[in-house]
Amino acid sequence: MNHPAQCITRRSFMQVAGGLAVAASPLGASFVTAQSARLRVGLMLPYTGTFAALGNAITNAFKLYVAEQGGRLAGRELEYVVLDDESDPAKAVDNASRLVDRDKVDVLVGTVHSGVQMGMVKVARESGVLSIIPNAGAGAATGPMCAPNIFRTSFTNWQTIHALGKVMMEKGHKTAAWISWKYAAGEEMFGGFKEGYEKAGGKIVKELWLPFPNVEFQALLTEIAAARPSATACFFAGGGAVKFVKDYDAAGLKAKIPLFGNGFLTDGTLQAQGASAQGVYTTLHYADSLEVPKDKAFRLNYAKTYKQQPDVYAVQGYDAAQLLDIGLKAVKGDIKATKAMVAAMEGVTIDSPRGKWKMSKAHNPIQDSYLRQVVGEQNKYVGVAWKGLEDPARGCKMA
Amino acid sequence: MDPVIFLIQVLNGVQYGLLLFLVASGLTLIFGIMGIINLAHGSFYMIGAYLAFSLTRQIGDFWLALAAGVVIAMLLGIALEWLVMRFLYERDHLYQVLLTYGLILVFEELRSLVWGDDVHGVQVPPALDFSIPLTDTLSYQVYRLAMSAICLAIAFGMYWLIQRTRLGMMIRAGSVNRDMAQSLGINIGLLYRLVFALGFALAALAGMLAAPISSVYPGMGNQVLIISFVVVVIGGIGSVKGALIAALAIGLADTFGKVLLPQIAGMVTYLLMAAVLLWRPRGIFGRA
Amino acid sequence: MDRQPRSLKFVLLAALAALAAFPLIGDKFYLQLVTKILIMAMFAMSLDLLVGYTGLVSLGHALPFGLGAYALMLLTPESQAAGFWMSLGASLAVAGIASLLIGFLVLRTSGIYFIMVTLAFGQMAYYYVHDSRYLGGSDGKYIYLRPVLEIFGWQPFDLENHAHFYYFALALTVFVYATLRVLLASPFGRVIGGIKENEHRMRVLGFATFRYKLVCFVLAGMLAGLAGWLAAAHDGLVNPEMLSWHQSGQLLMMVILGGMGTPSGPLLGAAALKLLELGFQGWTKHWQLLLGLFIVLSVLFIPRGLAQIFDWRRRG
Repeated sequence: MNHPAQCITRRSFMQVAGGLAVAASPLGASFVTAQSARLRVGLMLPYTGTFAALGNAITNAFKLYVAEQGGRLAGRELEYVVLDDESDPAKAVDNASRLVDRDKVDVLVGTVHSGVQMGMVKVARESGVLSIIPNAGAGAATGPMCAPNIFRTSFTNWQTIHALGKVMMEKGHKTAAWISWKYAAGEEMFGGFKEGYEKAGGKIVKELWLPFPNVEFQALLTEIAAARPSATACFFAGGGAVKFVKDYDAAGLKAKIPLFGNGFLTDGTLQAQGASAQGVYTTLHYADSLEVPKDKAFRLNYAKTYKQQPDVYAVQGYDAAQLLDIGLKAVKGDIKATKAMVAAMEGVTIDSPRGKWKMSKAHNPIQDSYLRQVVGEQNKYVGVAWKGLEDPARGCKMA
Repeated sequence: MDPVIFLIQVLNGVQYGLLLFLVASGLTLIFGIMGIINLAHGSFYMIGAYLAFSLTRQIGDFWLALAAGVVIAMLLGIALEWLVMRFLYERDHLYQVLLTYGLILVFEELRSLVWGDDVHGVQVPPALDFSIPLTDTLSYQVYRLAMSAICLAIAFGMYWLIQRTRLGMMIRAGSVNRDMAQSLGINIGLLYRLVFALGFALAALAGMLAAPISSVYPGMGNQVLIISFVVVVIGGIGSVKGALIAALAIGLADTFGKVLLPQIAGMVTYLLMAAVLLWRPRGIFGRA
Repeated sequence: MDRQPRSLKFVLLAALAALAAFPLIGDKFYLQLVTKILIMAMFAMSLDLLVGYTGLVSLGHALPFGLGAYALMLLTPESQAAGFWMSLGASLAVAGIASLLIGFLVLRTSGIYFIMVTLAFGQMAYYYVHDSRYLGGSDGKYIYLRPVLEIFGWQPFDLENHAHFYYFALALTVFVYATLRVLLASPFGRVIGGIKENEHRMRVLGFATFRYKLVCFVLAGMLAGLAGWLAAAHDGLVNPEMLSWHQSGQLLMMVILGGMGTPSGPLLGAAALKLLELGFQGWTKHWQLLLGLFIVLSVLFIPRGLAQIFDWRRRG
């Protein structure tokens, strides 16, 4: 009844299945953990999809810092376990658990997308693994969900745009329109902007939202034109930021109703935006042409190693490695001494390419918010929009 | 709403709709005439945009780059059809869905390998790079008007091709009854290859035309894909006329939805599709 | 179609035995991975009921799944566990009622139009949840404690324990599998098969096909809701992406890849996609290329899905 041909097929299927099982097996991973003294760093970042460039920048800069220390942090060699989170929140818990439970990483570094970050924060809180966030700005991670083992070297959404209101008022824009995507980050940005702008005396005359990640702006640009505010404040990033700035200019609005936003509007997008972005003011905790010696050295080194200019994401990744180094040095490389590490990492001052910044009680950077203006293909530093801006960390029990 | 603003919003909706039509036209062609559900259609759009980026850089002139891009796209379409797609004609739709889903992954990664992951822009051709003032605060980009004109021209071109030429007749015959057409002496294999290449090129052309006002970035095909399917389904599969009307309807619904009903703006397109399908289960001009 | 090849029965029983013994050797990560695969398998089986057996291809099956998940979230207070029966009942009810209402509307379409209108409803639910603050918006919301089952003060199992949750999921998977097999072998199942073959003929024969399709649609929806409840309890996090067309699409891929209308298809498809992803990700940054190629090649060379490998009798 059994054809030899079919038997072979089933056997070869089993072979393939077995092979796949081995490929996915923990055997390799656990051998390495048992026998090496290397520190396992889990990098959970987007390496495919819209945010791939950010994941790459963060990874590059992290490794750059380590290389600058001679390949070791506190005398320990590092071993990277790299995982592509695809910016997919549905897989976030599975992915983070994989790094913590299967690959047994000593420290979890990631990620970019806030929805994914929620999953990572959950796993971090439950497992107690040291976690460093190199980008995602969701307020919750250093707010209601803050924890001793979770640190952030980037920003909160609120923090990147809070100073913008003051800047706009100083430039005489007493009324403004707001436009952004309707999703968690967009709403947090609006909260930060509105608080700062209204406190400085400004009035938001038009609030416009479009579904995420829709990039057909024409209808709402027409609405802005009809509302005639003094200026427009917005939040967009990536491909959407490129299109928005170009569309805003092409609709003739840029000349009549100046455009403002936080730095994500013009970071990594200037080559694509071209002339449309020229002269736009933004606030962010980083800028090109900063007169900070550490930055000059960093930019030189990064460009030499990776043949491209670093951006704010790279700086955040670089600082993540710095933070880890400081913690490790304080416990002489013993990552298991979590409490002592955390104590050392709290209240630390990081000598970052963005300038010196202090770690807040909620484990978020207290940093200067710079005012930048687009000149050529750079976000040129114009001045400090807000010195030592600290996210209020509402809901964090540690703050 | 101010009447002038209203008219401008209508213009916005129509312009968006015409671009949607261009993207969806390739899909309705491939689906309606060859019966293949092609999920990789968004990837063709993306390939077009990236081609526009590279070719404009190399050649310098946007229109020349466009022409070159269309030729390359047709060649790619022929290659893809010959390598993979021709094995799908006899298969159940669902296997087409699965295979083309796999193709999406492949194309995304190839794109990453060839062009990297950064966001790029394409310059608007200098001749069209200015705006006409419509009100004291708002201007309209001439390039968008030109793009809309091109989309309309292509719509008429397609209609004329399919309804009024010999080739179109063969295409229509092949879609109704493949075997019969073949037994009448039409080289169905070659015909299908051509139609597929045309569909690929139309999607790529849409990507190329949209590139100067959009941006070129990873994953840009995803949104376009689902909207294209909505257009095709509302209009009726295989109907170019239907695709045009559906695209315009969606363009207007999306535009006015954002302005008048921002809370449900995300759902508006899908509400429209559900409503149309419940009224006319085969789409507006769908064949029974 | 209903008689399973003996080799398949043997393999399934062996697999079940292996799965039952797994917690003795597997560590936490692997337990959770297999639990997740089982949940996806249940989800896939519910879709296969529609796709493989009734011939209804839904691209909105993530809707009842997500509703089941969100129902659990809404019934779980911040610092307490939800009641087992109440939350489970709620998830099944919400998913079932939604499927009833939607099914009533969409089952009058067919073919590609049916696919698209189910997609439409799925997307509408997605946007509603995505844009709602009270549901957690685009970041989603946490579920801090898994549901607790208490019968007069006694807890038969503790879902916080990974091994208990695993066995619970395994038992449910077997239950769903067995229920579906029984259902499909029954007269009801024959009618369903007839509808898939030729609905017109069935109507001519006097069957109220619409009602049969609706029952299937609701049943599949409830099973998806069950899977959603489990997934939410397992991850402790709900997110609008659970309702997105990507989720629906990936599920459809699992069903097609595994083999539609076969008993083991959904299980194979769910396991294959998850394990392949895991494996390929360990090899290269460009893992999607490998996965995509695998899918393309398997469609070309394994025409009826992975389950075909077990089923030599229907080769060709």
